[in-house]
Amino acid sequence: MLRDITIGQYYPADSVIHKLDPRVKLFATLLYVISLFIFENWVGLSLVTLFLIGVIWLSKVPVSYMVKGLRAIVIILIITALFNLFLTPGTALVEFGIFKITREGLVSAVTMAIRLIYLILGTSVVTLATTPNRLTDGLEKSLGPLNKIRIPVHEISMMMSIALRFVPILVEETDKIMKAQIARGADFESGNVIKKAKNMIPLLVPLFISAFRRANDLAMAMEARCYHGGKGRTKMKPLKYKKRDGMAYLVIFVYFAAIILARVFVK
Amino acid sequence: MILDKVNYTYSRDTAYEKHALKDVSLKIEDGQFIGIIGHTGSGKSTLIQHLNGLMRADSGTIFFNGENIYDKDYDIRALRAKVGLVFQYPEHQLFETTVFKDVCFGPGNQKLPSEEVESRASEALRAAGLPEHLWQQSPFEMSGGQKRRVAIAGVLAMKPQMLILDEPTAGLDPKGRDEILDQVAKMRRDLHMTVILVSHSMEDVANYVDRLIVMNRGQVMLDGTPRQVFSHYKELEAVGLAAPQVTYLMHELRKAGLPVDVDATTRDEAKASILKAVARP
Repeated sequence: MLRDITIGQYYPADSVIHKLDPRVKLFATLLYVISLFIFENWVGLSLVTLFLIGVIWLSKVPVSYMVKGLRAIVIILIITALFNLFLTPGTALVEFGIFKITREGLVSAVTMAIRLIYLILGTSVVTLATTPNRLTDGLEKSLGPLNKIRIPVHEISMMMSIALRFVPILVEETDKIMKAQIARGADFESGNVIKKAKNMIPLLVPLFISAFRRANDLAMAMEARCYHGGKGRTKMKPLKYKKRDGMAYLVIFVYFAAIILARVFVK
Repeated sequence: MILDKVNYTYSRDTAYEKHALKDVSLKIEDGQFIGIIGHTGSGKSTLIQHLNGLMRADSGTIFFNGENIYDKDYDIRALRAKVGLVFQYPEHQLFETTVFKDVCFGPGNQKLPSEEVESRASEALRAAGLPEHLWQQSPFEMSGGQKRRVAIAGVLAMKPQMLILDEPTAGLDPKGRDEILDQVAKMRRDLHMTVILVSHSMEDVANYVDRLIVMNRGQVMLDGTPRQVFSHYKELEAVGLAAPQVTYLMHELRKAGLPVDVDATTRDEAKASILKAVARP
């Protein structure tokens, strides 16, 4: 049940996307996210869609695996769509009572939904195709210049990598405790909201305790290996650009330029 | 309880796919003391989670007291009360402010009157061997062995007909290990339960159980009395398990020319056999 959470998880496969330098992938993600909010017509939409399908296909991650990640945002998606649908002023299509659905509302609800779905799909390709370690290495290196203005880049990326690393562990732990409590007759499904929240106590208390215990163990283990922050720390596998990374940069720049052109010139 | 050709696969159709149970068929008689042994990842834990309906087999059926537990109108929650499952490191599931309240959680979920819940909790705590002055303490202030007893009592309080313990001795010192296992054997006698003990240590189970099931790669490899199973000690070694040290000792002695009983499985049996062999003129 809980094993279905795929956000931030790594999916092993042998693909070009997996092999790319994480810096390229992070940069591409940034441009991709911006492009999602730039496009405003059919040409732009098809460009984004083509790009997304291409990347997913190249990554060799099963589509079903990625779609699972969407389940987590279904509620947000519905709420956003509803707000856009009913609260956008314009020419009314349907009217009942104080509510009316406008043409503009319909358009913006659909585009918003598409943007959100694409956002999750696009970013989850990156996390699914990059090990948490490489992702943080990439982040640390890309944000390196910020060190000069005293932003603790290493510490931030270390925290991020630990957080990502702990997602599957905590999911597994939750699953285990849940099962143990179900074996004792606990019920996590029925009842109203208040009762459901109350029923969560036997799950949350042990989960918090175990999270703190794990954090404590990890801190101890890091200290035992003389971890003292990022200063003077070297890497076993330093990031190096390869030829395919250059190609990837080229592709992403061409894509981004096309998106801008589509917005400026296609009416 | 009867298992008929049970199959289960984890993460079907992904890169993590793993066939954890392959055509497992078993018959568990009432009142038996069974040990399930297997290497890490042999399917032991998956198997026992099928027994109380926490996991659902992809194919195959399970019968409990003659009823198919996968029938549409079968009360699976009632099954979970009848087949008590104590997970690995069960102390991690404790959450209440006092030991007593935590043990009340299980019977409380069965919607019993509160006097019944409390009497069951006291009974279970006594059966699990936890002294009464600890009952009102917080479970988080106790030692590992005590916490484990509380957790076992939490399952016992539901009055199961069958008690399954997954690695109940993991992380305990030898003394704590023997105490817990002795307690389990005693509970089985006093409460007339079927007990299934999951372990990867032969020494643990050899002294207690009357039937041993060896799992390997999701299949039942050997099934019989400890004597029968340990006589296959070469095959056990081949899959990364070992027979108890006693078995090795007896085989060595036999090789050295002493007429001992090589099928002795417990220390006491071995001792008697060696003394008999040595005493012979």
